[in-house]
Amino acid sequence: MTTENKPTVLEVKNLWVTYATENGPLDTVRNISMKIRRGEIYGLVGESGSGKTTLARALVRYLPSNGSITKGTITLGETDLLALSPREMRKVWGARVTMVHQDPSKAINPSIPVGEQIAEVARVHLGMSRAQARHKALEMLEKVQLPDPESVAGRYAHQLSGGMLQRILIATALTTNPQFLIMDEPTTALDVTTEAVILDLVRDLLHEYQTAVLYITHNLGVVARICDRVGVMYAGEMMEEGSIQQVFKQELHPYTLGLLGCVPRIDMCKLDIDLHTIPGFIPRPNALPHGCIFAPRCAIAEEACRQERPPLVEVAEGHLSACRRWAEVADNMQKIVPLEKDREEVDQQDVPLLLDARNIEKQFKLRRQGLSNLFSWKPDVVRAVDNMSIRVRKGATMGIVGESGCGKTTFARCIAGFEEATSGDIFLEGEALPRSIAQRSKSTLKKIQLVFQNPDASLNPQHPVGVSVGRPLALLGNVLQSEIDQRVRELFEAVNLPADYVNRLPHELSGGEKQRVAIARAFAANPDLMILDEPISSLDVSVQASLMNLLAELQKAKGTSYLFISHDLAAVRHLSDWIAVVYLGRVWEIGSAEDVFAPPYHPYTEALLSAIPLPDPAIHQERIRLHGSVPSAVNIPSGCRFHTRCPRKIGTICETEDPPWQNVNRFHSICCHIPLEQLTAMQVPVASETGKEQP
Amino acid sequence: MIFYLLRRLGMILLTLLLASVIIFSVTQLLPGDVAHVILGQFATPQAVENLREELGLNRPVVVQYWDWLTNFIRGDWGISMVSRLEVRPMIMGRLRNSLMLAAVSLVLYVPLGIFLGVIAALKEDRLVDQAISGISMAFAGLPEFVTGLILIGILAISLDILPANSSIEPETSFKDAFPFLILPAITVSLTSLGYIARMTRSSTIDVLRADYTRAAYMKGLPRWQVLTKHVLRNSLLPTVTVVAIGIGYLIGGLIVTEAVFGYPGVGRLLIYGIQRRDLPLIQAISMLIVAVYSFSNLAADILYGVLNPRIRLGG
Repeated sequence: MTTENKPTVLEVKNLWVTYATENGPLDTVRNISMKIRRGEIYGLVGESGSGKTTLARALVRYLPSNGSITKGTITLGETDLLALSPREMRKVWGARVTMVHQDPSKAINPSIPVGEQIAEVARVHLGMSRAQARHKALEMLEKVQLPDPESVAGRYAHQLSGGMLQRILIATALTTNPQFLIMDEPTTALDVTTEAVILDLVRDLLHEYQTAVLYITHNLGVVARICDRVGVMYAGEMMEEGSIQQVFKQELHPYTLGLLGCVPRIDMCKLDIDLHTIPGFIPRPNALPHGCIFAPRCAIAEEACRQERPPLVEVAEGHLSACRRWAEVADNMQKIVPLEKDREEVDQQDVPLLLDARNIEKQFKLRRQGLSNLFSWKPDVVRAVDNMSIRVRKGATMGIVGESGCGKTTFARCIAGFEEATSGDIFLEGEALPRSIAQRSKSTLKKIQLVFQNPDASLNPQHPVGVSVGRPLALLGNVLQSEIDQRVRELFEAVNLPADYVNRLPHELSGGEKQRVAIARAFAANPDLMILDEPISSLDVSVQASLMNLLAELQKAKGTSYLFISHDLAAVRHLSDWIAVVYLGRVWEIGSAEDVFAPPYHPYTEALLSAIPLPDPAIHQERIRLHGSVPSAVNIPSGCRFHTRCPRKIGTICETEDPPWQNVNRFHSICCHIPLEQLTAMQVPVASETGKEQP
Repeated sequence: MIFYLLRRLGMILLTLLLASVIIFSVTQLLPGDVAHVILGQFATPQAVENLREELGLNRPVVVQYWDWLTNFIRGDWGISMVSRLEVRPMIMGRLRNSLMLAAVSLVLYVPLGIFLGVIAALKEDRLVDQAISGISMAFAGLPEFVTGLILIGILAISLDILPANSSIEPETSFKDAFPFLILPAITVSLTSLGYIARMTRSSTIDVLRADYTRAAYMKGLPRWQVLTKHVLRNSLLPTVTVVAIGIGYLIGGLIVTEAVFGYPGVGRLLIYGIQRRDLPLIQAISMLIVAVYSFSNLAADILYGVLNPRIRLGG
């Protein structure tokens, strides 16, 4: 495991990167020094805007035309990279240094078969003939465990899933057995289950190839799972650096501590803790504070911190911190995280139902494209939601989890009426609702409001955000025109936005602020049910935490029920009172959040939980992996529709018969052929406090 | 794919049918009676009536339409009311001329437009880009008779290397006609170049910014290989559509250019027909132009599909 005595592959000393902009030069990366050894995976974390990607691109001299390295040295092996000509640099790219990009569906050329995209690297750098290169490509596809490399090699990007494409990018990057590999958020665009499989693969392959890796991510859990060392970047500077054990267990910088505190825990929820947040924003490189750059957002900053910028110093062997008060950080840990609360128990049985959606089905007709429609004149039917029943109690949160493509968003859209359910009944406070939004009355519309994933797309870019929030007041709230301004200001206050923001346009706000506006708008109609469709997924951890706190707080104050849809299980665990686990358009496990997160689990739930990357290297998680991707909702597997991927499949009964519902307790049910006692016996609680420590 | 083709062909037939209705009714609605036009304003009412009888103009409109349509499909496009010649050979000869001019123009401006577009994209927002975009758009905006006359002034009159008048005889072979095609083709090209260049520029810029282009550079591939293999294959897709739409314009829309150079193409024949209210001629040419537009669009869509694996192979 130890890499300390291995040779250094990449050494960076005092690196500065500057962008020429309209407002003058911006020093985006300042004074970074780092070493990556052979076989070492170096994690680089930080919020967006911290300069991670700029640093990575500078390391391989692939900056945009307005960026340049102004100071410092980069040494790869024995080569001084900054001394190379562009032509010489091209010989380094792809041969000695390779890169795996963030979104595999965009990083692979859509018009060239994927095999050729690997083979071209072999031809250019390894001097192989066409036939040899083709053979090499197949070998690499096999290496990344793609089934049937022959057929995969001939396919195009659009014919392959995200997980397969990411394997192809990894295969491409390792073709030349490079010294140094940069992975830029390689799993961020993937489902948690696929992410887990890819991370296993990356760890095994890199162990075999002994490549030095810079792994960029914002996900601390991913770092804890695969990295050896980690550097925490903030606003272009390194705040803390050390081994995984050091940084995750003895944080010596309040920023690291803050980031860790932002991540919801899977053994606690909104009733137990408020998430830690980091107030304020990352400063722009042209508006850095005078002293410590983190001081304005730091909970333990004192006057001296604001006077002088503290250097990054080695405070223990291999452990560096840029905090003056590093010795006190650990002591202050309790003060910062977690913010425990006294739990208020509510007897769930007494709470009346708000939403009762019964047997919802939604089918889409799909016209096939390409050659296949030569033989079929009838359109295929996609059963996106196939008999889902979900209830939401007053003032409570129902979380819906599942991989992408499992029908959770379609279900929510059916409830909201955007999609007209093919069949099923929707009752709101006992009153049957028309399935189509066009037939719903104004008072019904007012009762159900939505917050979407992408606030950029859901706020009109031409309207000041105050106007966007005021619209539902005028349309649904029966609020007098004269009172609207006042109410909008109140709503802005409720979501912690400054009152003068009402006149701003969406592009003048940050992502988190825009989502606050979207939340304020949804609350403007004073709804009973709020549908939250992945509302925090596209945001930074610290922003996620503050939004989750805000949602919990607003729910408590207003008694609104939430239908919370997310693929982030930790976030669902934090916010939800109830959880439904959905796969291929159906619910497989439903119960209180605590029950769902403890055995017995449905095998699918178990796999989802096991896939969560937890930001704690000490926790041992059972390795239960789902292979392949969710089958198409056109050809739903027979019997238990999870049987094609189920790691706990017991036999042919799974393939032929629909599994029965088994009740664990009055509120917790699992739909599986395996008896509950057996499930309990073979399952380990997934990474809770009782989880086994790693030997 | 076959299903798709059949559907598209069906759509084209429908388009042509609709076009035939519109063309026929418009020519019927035109003021002035054909018989009057042919016989002149001093004709006796009896003579007019006789001619109307002879031409079948006093039958119900629907019957006239049906007769015209069925004859048209059978290849009998009628007899010119003015010249009393068969319309079809008249148009076919002109169509051949138009196709020759279109071919020379396409060969001239498509590669050049793509080349300039790619150069502009590679030098985005720099002087070269601004020069290419500015000049090509200026030519696109200038009327053809201005560019045409300037070209005649320079190349035909001052330098005397090309003929100023392109009024070739019918049945002239392509080889013999070629010198007469150059000036009109350059005129047309200058007008169309800007669109091709602009389209190529914007799509190439998009592709140059795409993640997969960055990934290709990071693979250490030579620059030209990134450009030809990874960039152009994707960025030329939208250009295909623009080129195909241009073909329709080249066949039926070059009225001004043909007039400036006296070139006997379809466009001039159409104007000739309109000026003399020669209904069979107008109807046949209009139908022909609609058909050329429809089929060149179909060709563009098929070509687009062939070049784009997402469409070729389905999702």
